[in-house]
Amino acid sequence: MTSTTADDPHRLGRGDVPMSERGPAPKRIVVAYGFWIFLLSDFVMFAGFFAAYAVLAKETAGGPSGRDIFDLRLVAWETAFLLTSTFACGMAGLASARRNAKWFQLAMTATAIFGAAFLALEIHEFWSLIAEGNGPQRSAFLSAFFALVGCHGVHVTLGLVWLTTMMAQVWAKGFRDDIQRRIACFALFWHALDIIWVALFTTVYLLGSGV
Amino acid sequence: MSDKNTELGDDRAPGEEGGGQGVVTGIRGYAIGFLLAALLSVASFYIASTGGLIYGPAIPVALVALAVGQMGVHLVFFLHVTSGPDNTNNVLALAFGVLIVGLVLIGSIWIMGHLNHNLMGAEMVMGAQP
Repeated sequence: MTSTTADDPHRLGRGDVPMSERGPAPKRIVVAYGFWIFLLSDFVMFAGFFAAYAVLAKETAGGPSGRDIFDLRLVAWETAFLLTSTFACGMAGLASARRNAKWFQLAMTATAIFGAAFLALEIHEFWSLIAEGNGPQRSAFLSAFFALVGCHGVHVTLGLVWLTTMMAQVWAKGFRDDIQRRIACFALFWHALDIIWVALFTTVYLLGSGV
Repeated sequence: MSDKNTELGDDRAPGEEGGGQGVVTGIRGYAIGFLLAALLSVASFYIASTGGLIYGPAIPVALVALAVGQMGVHLVFFLHVTSGPDNTNNVLALAFGVLIVGLVLIGSIWIMGHLNHNLMGAEMVMGAQP
């Protein structure tokens, strides 16, 4: 019987080689899958911070509530920057898969610029909150707020360090297989950060500034 | 064994696109995702900042629904999660992650809500004493 996989969109059965004789999965898959597991554990850690925030969001100890301190216009800009950054990161992934160094460096630069713009706005927000005396020590609500949003900010900062490292490695070593695996993991990381930001701006800023 | 994702019998790495696509198809996928995500974000911010559009008490539900939708858009268009058999491992891991996240979130909010409710009674009693 000939293989029917050619016209099977889902490739059920997937070839004639039995599972026991296929050998280990390619390293590209093993590495990315391992990193995927790490990302999911990172989501679980963020769930802890989100739960803490949800529990403490109303404990303002007589201080300001979210409605008093959140600036939705700033958050909208942050969202736009991070989304554009994620899109540019996708372009970098496409360029990396086609081993096009020029477009890769260009797209990664755009990713870095928009990521840094996001971070600058977040630092500005934190700075002005602390300057007004609404730092993390003011109330349980603000402690949870700074912990949750700051944790995401730390992730973005580390992502920027990783990003520039990948640009340097591609420049110095080219698109070697191991470098491409690292780029794939970085892309996963950066896209995952945007998913967390979606949960964050909805639960913290939009629900918190409730009309 | 070749290391191409077009190879039959291979699974797909997390975040990896379907095999054998042109660069235009790839860019179009990201562009569609970008537009959908931007649309959902704008809708969220619009609903949250202007009260009149939808029934007030329904705003939180609408915001959560839009956020879940946008996370789905990100997963499909940026992380390339599909329902195909070559993605089974990735989707199963994701489902387990979502389960744990849900347990942590719902469990914490539920339990602490009850605790708060009980403590509130005690505070009111204490406040009435002096």
